[in-house]
Amino acid sequence: MKQHWLAACAALAAGVSPAAAWEPTKAIEIVVPFSAGGASDQMARTMQGIIQKHNLASQPIIVVNKPAAGGAEGMLDIQKSAGDPHKLITTSSGIFMTPMATKLPLNWKDYTPVAMMAQDSFVLWVNAKAPYKNAGDLMAKAKTSTPPMKVGGTSSKREDNLIVFAMEKAGGVKFSYIPHTSGGQASTQLAGEHVEATTNNPAEDVANWRGGATRPLCVFSEKQMTYKEPVADGKSWADIPTCQSQGLDVTYQMLRGMFMPGKVTKEQQAYYVGLFKKVSEAPEWKDYLARSALVADYRDGDAFVAFLKADEEKHAKLMSEAGFMAK
Amino acid sequence: MDDLSSLFTGFQIALSWHNVGFMAIGVVLGIIVGVLPGLGGPNGVAILLPLTFGMDPTSAIILLSSIYWGALFGGAITSILFNIPGEAWSVATTFDGYPMAVQGKAAEALTAAFTASFIGALSGVVLITFVAPLVASFALRFGPAEFFAVFLLTFCSFIGMGRDNRAKILASLCLGFLLAAVGLDSISGDLRMTFGSTELMRGFDFLIVVIGLFGVSEILLTVEEGLVFKGKQAKIDLKVVLRTWAGLPRYWATLVRSSIVGMWMGVTPGGAIAASFMGYGLAKRFSKHGKNFGKGEIEGVLAPETAAHAAGTSALLPMLALGIPGSATAAVLLGGLLVWGLQPGPMLFVEQKDFVWGLIASMYLGNIAGLIIVLATVPLFAAIMRIPFSFVAPVILIVCAIGAYTISNSIFDIWLMLVFGVVGYVFKKLDYPLAPLVLALVLGDRAEDAFRQALIGSGGALDVFWANGLVTTLVLLSMMLLFWGPVGDLIAALNRRGRAEKPAAAE
Repeated sequence: MKQHWLAACAALAAGVSPAAAWEPTKAIEIVVPFSAGGASDQMARTMQGIIQKHNLASQPIIVVNKPAAGGAEGMLDIQKSAGDPHKLITTSSGIFMTPMATKLPLNWKDYTPVAMMAQDSFVLWVNAKAPYKNAGDLMAKAKTSTPPMKVGGTSSKREDNLIVFAMEKAGGVKFSYIPHTSGGQASTQLAGEHVEATTNNPAEDVANWRGGATRPLCVFSEKQMTYKEPVADGKSWADIPTCQSQGLDVTYQMLRGMFMPGKVTKEQQAYYVGLFKKVSEAPEWKDYLARSALVADYRDGDAFVAFLKADEEKHAKLMSEAGFMAK
Repeated sequence: MDDLSSLFTGFQIALSWHNVGFMAIGVVLGIIVGVLPGLGGPNGVAILLPLTFGMDPTSAIILLSSIYWGALFGGAITSILFNIPGEAWSVATTFDGYPMAVQGKAAEALTAAFTASFIGALSGVVLITFVAPLVASFALRFGPAEFFAVFLLTFCSFIGMGRDNRAKILASLCLGFLLAAVGLDSISGDLRMTFGSTELMRGFDFLIVVIGLFGVSEILLTVEEGLVFKGKQAKIDLKVVLRTWAGLPRYWATLVRSSIVGMWMGVTPGGAIAASFMGYGLAKRFSKHGKNFGKGEIEGVLAPETAAHAAGTSALLPMLALGIPGSATAAVLLGGLLVWGLQPGPMLFVEQKDFVWGLIASMYLGNIAGLIIVLATVPLFAAIMRIPFSFVAPVILIVCAIGAYTISNSIFDIWLMLVFGVVGYVFKKLDYPLAPLVLALVLGDRAEDAFRQALIGSGGALDVFWANGLVTTLVLLSMMLLFWGPVGDLIAALNRRGRAEKPAAAE
C-alpha cells in the first residue's frame, strides 16, 4: 500500500514539474536473481565497477543476490517493489521461463524495461579428446548410443534443457540431459568425461577450452561470433562455425538486460536508460563483452519491448513443445 | 624445484609493506564478519569485492583471501562462547567447545581452535604448494557417482562412528533430509513442499536453522536452569595460551588424521563442512578419551577445526586450477578473479605466475598474521564470559535475530529461527543429537542431486556406484564405516556372552 502511495506521490511530483530530470536520492540496488560468482552476478558487478569508476551516478550501487527458486526470489522481490525507483534487476531468458516452469504469479509486463545490454550465445562443447570433428559426427554417434548420450547443462527446464530438447527434435535422437547447478560444474564434468557434451555459454567453458580440456564444435546462433582474438590453439570465437552450417538446425540466444519495478515514472525510467547507455559505451564494458564473448546488442525503448514480445512468444512455443510448462 | 623459486618470488610480492597492511586489515575485517552470525565469509567478501576493482589483482586477492582466513578463525569464536556456529563448518566445534567454555575453559578452547585452524590451513597450503597439478587432474575423476559416494561416506561415518543411540541419529538425519528437500529441486526444476508459500520457496537456509537449533535453544535451556553463566570463573591471560600449546603435541595423531581427512575432502570436492563432521566423528572413535567427547574434551575442538581449515584451504586449489569453487566464499573470489580479468583454470598457473604464487605465499603469511591477531584477542573474547548472563542473553538473542534477518531480509526467517530454537530445545530434552540433522540439511540436497544425476546418466542402472575403482573404494569404505560401530557392538556383546557362558561350561 505504502509503495503505491509513494508511486502516486512521485507521479504527482513529476506531473507538477515535468522539466526537472529525476535523480536518485539514495543507494541504487541491483538485484541479481542468481548466486554470487555466476554470469549475471559478474555482469552486475562489472556495471557497478564501471558506474563507480566513471562516476556515472550520484548515489552508490549495491549488488544483492536473490537466487532462490531459480531466480523467482529476485523476481518476486521486484514484483513487490512496484514504484521503487531505486531498484533494478538483471534479467535473462529466465524472465519468461521461470513463470512458465513454476506457475508463479510473475510477468515481465508488470516490470519496467530499461535496456537490453547484450545477448549471450550457446555453444556445443565436447571433451578435447572426443573424436567428433563437427556437430554431425556427434549426432550420428548419439543415434546409436544406448543408454542415451549424456549432455550436461545448467538447471532443469531452462535454456540448456530447451536446447538439448531442440537438438533431439532436429536430429531425431534421444539424449540424457543432466542438470547441474552451474555452467562451471557442467564444464568440469565435461573435462572429466562424465558427460559427452555441454551447451554452455562461452564464458562458462572458456577456462577449460584454454586449458586444453574441452573444445567447441559449433555455436547455436544464426551468425558466427565476431571476436577474432585467438583464445586457444590459435582459434578465436569467430572461428566456431554455426550449428546450422553443420546440419544441426538449432538456434538459440539469450538476452541479458535490466528491468525496474513496475509503476515508476517516465523520468525515472529515462534516468536509468541514460545511465545504462553510458555503461554500454564504456571501454571496460567492451572489454567485458569481449572477455565473456557476449554479442553486443544494446536496445532500449520500443526496440527492447518489441524484442521481448517476440522472444516471449518463441519461449512459450518451445516450452510447451518440450512439455516444460507447469500444469 | 622451479616451483620453489616461484614461491620465493611470491613471498617477495606478498611481503611488500602495502600487501602486509592489506593482510592485517583483511584478517581483522574477516574476524568481525565471522563473529556475526549471518554475515559470514561469502557475504563479507562479496560486499568488499567492488572496493578492490581499482587495485592490482595480487593485492586484491591478498586482501580478500585474508578476509576469508579471518572469517574462518572468527567462526570458531561464537561457536565456543555462545554455542552459535558462525559458519557451517563450525557446527562440530560447538560440540566440545561450548562445554569447555561452560566449564570455565573458554580461553583453552579458543586457543585450541585457533591453533588447530592454523595447523589445518597450513597443511592445506603445503598441499597446494607441492601437488597442485597432480591434484587438479585427480579432482576431474569425480563424476556424480563419485560425489554421491563421498557424501555417503560422510553420512555413514556419522552413523557408524557415533556413540549416541543409532536409531536417534538416524531419525535426526532423516528429519534433516526432509528439510533439505524443501524448495526448488534442481533436477526436475519443480518446487517441492512449499505449499504455495513464497517464503518456503527459498528452502530452509542452513544458517537460520543452526542459529535456532544451537543458539536460541541454548538460551532456552540456560534460562530454564536459572540465569547463571557457569564460565565466569575463567582464568584468562596469555599464560593459558602457552599452557594449551604445551599440551597440544599429545594430540598429534588427531591433528594429523584431521589434516589428512580435511585435505582429502577439500580436494575431492567434499568440502569443509563434511570434513569437519568427519574429523570429529573419527576422533571420537579413535581417541582414548572418546567417551568424554561432547562433554568438553579439547580433542573434540582440535579435530573438526583442523579438518575444516585443511579442507577450506585445499578447496581453493580446484578453484584456481579448474575454476570449480569448493565453497561459497571461493565462488565469490572466483567472480573477483574474472572481474580482474584473470581466467581461472589450468592456464592460470602458466600465464599468471606472479598472481598464483603471490596468493599461495599470502596463504602462509595470512594464516600466520591471523593466528597472531586472534590469539592476541583471546583474553578480550574470553572476558565476555565474565559478564552476567542476564545481560548477555538478550544481546545474543538480538544478534541471532539480526543474523537470521540479514540472510535474505525476511521477517519470516526470524520466526523460523525461533521455531527451530524450540525444536532444538525439545531435541536436547529428549536426548536426540542435533548434528546429524544439520549435516543432512547441508549435504542432503547435494547428495540427492548427485545420486539422481548418476542414475539419469546410467539410464537407471545402479551399477554406476561400482563402475570404477574410485567409486567402488568409496562405497566400500562407507559400508565399512557404517557397520563398524554395530558390528563392534555385536562382537563385544558376543564376547560378554561367551565369557559368561565359559564359566558355566566349566562347572
